Amino acid sequence: MSPVLSISAATKTYKTGHTALHAIDLAVEKGEIFALLGPNGAGKTTLISIICGLVSLTSGRITVAGHDIVTGYRAARGMIGLVPQEISLDIFATVENTVQFSRGLFGKTPAPAYIEQLLRDLSLWEKRGARVNELSGGMKRRVMIAKALSHEPDILFLDEPTAGVDVNLRRDMWDLVRRLRQKGVTVILTTHYLEEAEEMADRVGVIDRGRLVLVEETAALMRKMGKRRLSITMQQKLTEIPPALAAWPLRLEADGERLVYEFDANAPETGMPHLLRELAAAGIDYRDLETGRSSLEDIFVGLVENGV
Amino acid sequence: MSAINLPGIWAIYRAEMARTRRTVLQSVATPVLTTVLYFIVFGTAIGSRMHQVGGVNYGAFIVPGLIMLALLTQGISNASIGIYFPKFTRTIFEVLSAPISGIEVVVAYVGAAATKAVMIGLIILVTATFFVPVRIMHPGWMLAFLVLTALTFSLFGFLIGIWANSFEQLAIVPSLIVTPLTFLGGAFYSIDMLPQPWRTVSLFNPVVYLVSGFRWSFYGVGDVSLAVSLIFVLGFMALCLAVLSWMFRTGYRLKP
Ligand SMILES: Nc1ncnc2c1ncn2[C@@H]1O[C@H](COP(=O)(O)OP(=O)(O)OP(=O)(O)O)[C@@H](O)[C@H]1O
Ligand SMILES: [Mg+2]
Repeated sequence: MSPVLSISAATKTYKTGHTALHAIDLAVEKGEIFALLGPNGAGKTTLISIICGLVSLTSGRITVAGHDIVTGYRAARGMIGLVPQEISLDIFATVENTVQFSRGLFGKTPAPAYIEQLLRDLSLWEKRGARVNELSGGMKRRVMIAKALSHEPDILFLDEPTAGVDVNLRRDMWDLVRRLRQKGVTVILTTHYLEEAEEMADRVGVIDRGRLVLVEETAALMRKMGKRRLSITMQQKLTEIPPALAAWPLRLEADGERLVYEFDANAPETGMPHLLRELAAAGIDYRDLETGRSSLEDIFVGLVENGV
Repeated sequence: MSAINLPGIWAIYRAEMARTRRTVLQSVATPVLTTVLYFIVFGTAIGSRMHQVGGVNYGAFIVPGLIMLALLTQGISNASIGIYFPKFTRTIFEVLSAPISGIEVVVAYVGAAATKAVMIGLIILVTATFFVPVRIMHPGWMLAFLVLTALTFSLFGFLIGIWANSFEQLAIVPSLIVTPLTFLGGAFYSIDMLPQPWRTVSLFNPVVYLVSGFRWSFYGVGDVSLAVSLIFVLGFMALCLAVLSWMFRTGYRLKP
């Protein structure tokens, strides 16, 4: 299957002389949920903005379902919906009007039934007659999403969709993303909440200082780089790691209240039972045990620090 | 998708017209009030001492000039704010990301600004008939000039709106260039009334040609010939279009 989004050697140098993207290569398949991760200023928004036509491409080539974003911009952009990082709305328009405006702008004839369903899905239907400036920030963000989906795009870009968003909206948003995926819509998102990428994305691309340093299936990445951790909450605070356990790669956390043991998630032997036996033998009492996986964030920090 | 994004053009046009309706007081009441004031000051106070210009009652003589003044300032301000404001609030991102061409965007924004300017021009014309006897010898030409001028200066305003990086810059071209040119452009007098060398200097003022052609369509008299007036308007329009097409090709101040 040919990719729905294909980026080759995309480079962007701003007028300031700053090169925000260095020859990015990436292909995203139809129906995929792809997460772009990277620290502030990595170039995530720049890349999305170029694909959507907000920023010009310095060199390289980008196609959307085979349509070049420069020479075939009409066909390419018609397939794309964008929720930008910052909310910007015509504050005097009503919710319904601004969503209808977006649909028209993208060349589509009115579809009242579709718009009604969309507004209902985003809990905006009750507010359809309200002016945008009467809405809360979270509601405005929902309006931004409704506008982006108003013309039934095949690809949806969400640039940091959950920044400053409450739990409800975040959950609604992920429900929406899952529903979209079922319909075959490709979703490309950027996020700083890295555990969300882990939860949502089929694949993850890590971008750092304008370079795509890694693209990997989320599951494979977790297998390859993932660590598991055991945290043991002590009965009494420790001031140092007990000498009897010096052979173990342990860490003290929370002021000595917690002992943390990290190990390879894929190792045949976890070492956990052994460690607990040794703890008991050393006469150290604990009151709680917790196991978990390291988050994508840990992996990411490792990647960037190692300068991959 | 069709070759022309008609729903897109219509969406922008309608949104712009809705903005006009929201601000109906500034949009319509202000130019009407200004015009009435001009009639009181120029038509009544000055007109009572100066009865006729070129065989036309002075009050009636200034009507075409007043309408031109309104077309110019309204065309420029509507179109420049129309595009500057979304740039300022960043809602422009949506237009840039839409499958709509530069020409279509211009048609929508400039079309809306010109529509509003023409409406105001007509309102002023109607207002004027309450004060002075207005006669229109060539209604077809009158409408043609009205629409062409509104379009041309809306285009010019659109350019300014794209160029401007601040509200100060937005205001500077109309107030520093356009208003003086209009006042010195024969709106309130015939350039024959000026002594030399000012009469010759006036011929370098583009507004003279506009007002002259427009006044000709009313009273059959003008400072310059109809053809020269028309050539000027069309030439200025072509210049604005050329600059705009360059702006859209290079993404000037719209796309970093
Ligand atoms: N219009 C512009 N002109 C010049 N430089 C810019 C412009 N926009 C962005 N940059 C620079 O390009 C780099 C990448 O910015 P970008 O907004 O793409 O980062 P990001 O990954 O989206 O960051 P964040 O996580 O903070 O949103 C930054 O160094 C930024 O300063
Ligand atoms: Mg960003």
